[in-house]
Amino acid sequence: MTALTGLGIDATQGGKPARPTASKAGRMAPVLHELRQHPNLAVGGTLLIVVTAIAIVGHIAPPHNPLAINPNDMTLAPSAAHWFGTDEYGRDVLSRVVYGLGIDLLIGAIVAGLALMIGSAFGLVTGYIGGWFDDIVMRVVDIVMSFPSFLLALTICVVLGNNARNVVIAVTIAYVPYMLRLTRSSVLTARSADYVLGARAVGASRGRVMALHVLPNAVGPTLVQATLMVGWAIFDVSGLSFLGVGIQPPSPELGVQVADGASYITSGQWWDSVFPGIAIVLTVLAVNFLGDYADEKLRGQRA
Amino acid sequence: MEGLAVHGLHVAFGDREVLRGVELTVEMGSFVGLVGESGSGKSLTALTTLGLLPRGARVVGGSIFLDDEEIVGPGRDGTADVRGSGIAMIFQSPLAALNPLMRVGRQLERVLRRKGRTGKVEQRCIELFGAVGFQDPEQVVRLYPHELSGGMCQRVMIAMGIASEPRVLLADEPTSSLDVTVQADILDLLEELKARTGMGMLLISHDLSVVAERCSSISVMWQGSVVESGPTSDVLGSPRHPFTRQLVRDLSDESLAAQATHSDVTIVLNEASS
Repeated sequence: MTALTGLGIDATQGGKPARPTASKAGRMAPVLHELRQHPNLAVGGTLLIVVTAIAIVGHIAPPHNPLAINPNDMTLAPSAAHWFGTDEYGRDVLSRVVYGLGIDLLIGAIVAGLALMIGSAFGLVTGYIGGWFDDIVMRVVDIVMSFPSFLLALTICVVLGNNARNVVIAVTIAYVPYMLRLTRSSVLTARSADYVLGARAVGASRGRVMALHVLPNAVGPTLVQATLMVGWAIFDVSGLSFLGVGIQPPSPELGVQVADGASYITSGQWWDSVFPGIAIVLTVLAVNFLGDYADEKLRGQRA
Repeated sequence: MEGLAVHGLHVAFGDREVLRGVELTVEMGSFVGLVGESGSGKSLTALTTLGLLPRGARVVGGSIFLDDEEIVGPGRDGTADVRGSGIAMIFQSPLAALNPLMRVGRQLERVLRRKGRTGKVEQRCIELFGAVGFQDPEQVVRLYPHELSGGMCQRVMIAMGIASEPRVLLADEPTSSLDVTVQADILDLLEELKARTGMGMLLISHDLSVVAERCSSISVMWQGSVVESGPTSDVLGSPRHPFTRQLVRDLSDESLAAQATHSDVTIVLNEASS
């Protein structure tokens, strides 16, 4: 067989394909072009970078201590000293918003990441192996999905107890079925692709086929879903906290702040609720724009 | 006997038998053609040999032997060990048969590593790509399948097929999706490799003209069983089964028509009939 190398076979197909080469100066050009072509990338990307930067700065050096109670400065309107005003305990709302932004972003990312890992792993195995294992897993998924995800997360939170870790667990449990289903459906397509049969025909093991050939070709839609899921998670986590079953005061989590300030809106102290509310909206908006962009790219690729 | 032997193979989807006692032998060093209509069970026979039956299909009778050792039989599936090293298979649509997200060199490396090679497989990859006719194998290893033409992809597939030095190579319509000139190149390559390595080769095709030109013996499949087999000249010279006669008649019609017009047209007509 080693003698193969000595074969003098005519190479009629051995032409070298031209590959695009980018000069150093023009390296940013494709990026700029992409930004122009996809406003949702430009808007979402800019927004997310700004929000994340604010969250990081706010975590390292908030203008005031977000937890410091100051009885002399209760419910002050926005001013030069307190840009977003103060809440009913005299805490600086700006400091709490920038600090809480970090909490929500982090929790959103963790939830989406966990749901992505667990959901795609189970989706891969159940879709690829099929049979009774698939039947059982999918019936469980059906049951879990028959509950509205927010209500399910709320129930789990109430049962487990209110703290940040349990909120993450509850929301992740509520999201995993969506990821699992999505991954499974693309695995079902990828499973019957010729390259999977080809890999098996030359002797690849089942695990290797799943990890190297099926998953990378099936995970696209799931990744897009995961980016969107960061947004959902921020909404749901702040929603749970708003209802009092999520993260508890005095944490400056954004939903907690909206809830704290809600009772003062009717008496005119709007700033305590509105600023954290805007922060939630902008963050979710940023993530959704990026998710839409990823979705567009994926669809474009398929078309 | 050295090589692959299929004896009385029955495969069924549920109650419906789709292979009804297939008899087929591919001796070492021989180039066997398997012809038949689509749906006659050609590919299924090959897939069964590798234990790659589609979902719902199962072997209900018969055996498959590789070098006199039973690899498939009632309640027996030893194909996981043979896959790649004993028998390898290449497919009809080469572009679809390569993972689009992996460089072709890496896909070939995977096959080599599975074969137990450790350490420097890169050099071996380049050698193999050279052996299947790439002039610049160093560049090719770094390319993705979409950067290659159909013929080049099929060369990559062939390199992956022979990488583990199989006893028998099954080529399932290896040239059907390629244009005519490339078809000839690929078949030349397969013949050359067979001669050099002494492996057995099974060429599955619905195109009798291709098989008639290349193969030393022919098996004809019709509705799930091999209805006729033997040396190419015997089968084509004095076909016994009505289906074979039909095939041969179609082939000579085309040849006559082609001779009447222009010799180049033969190939075109054969192509059109496929």
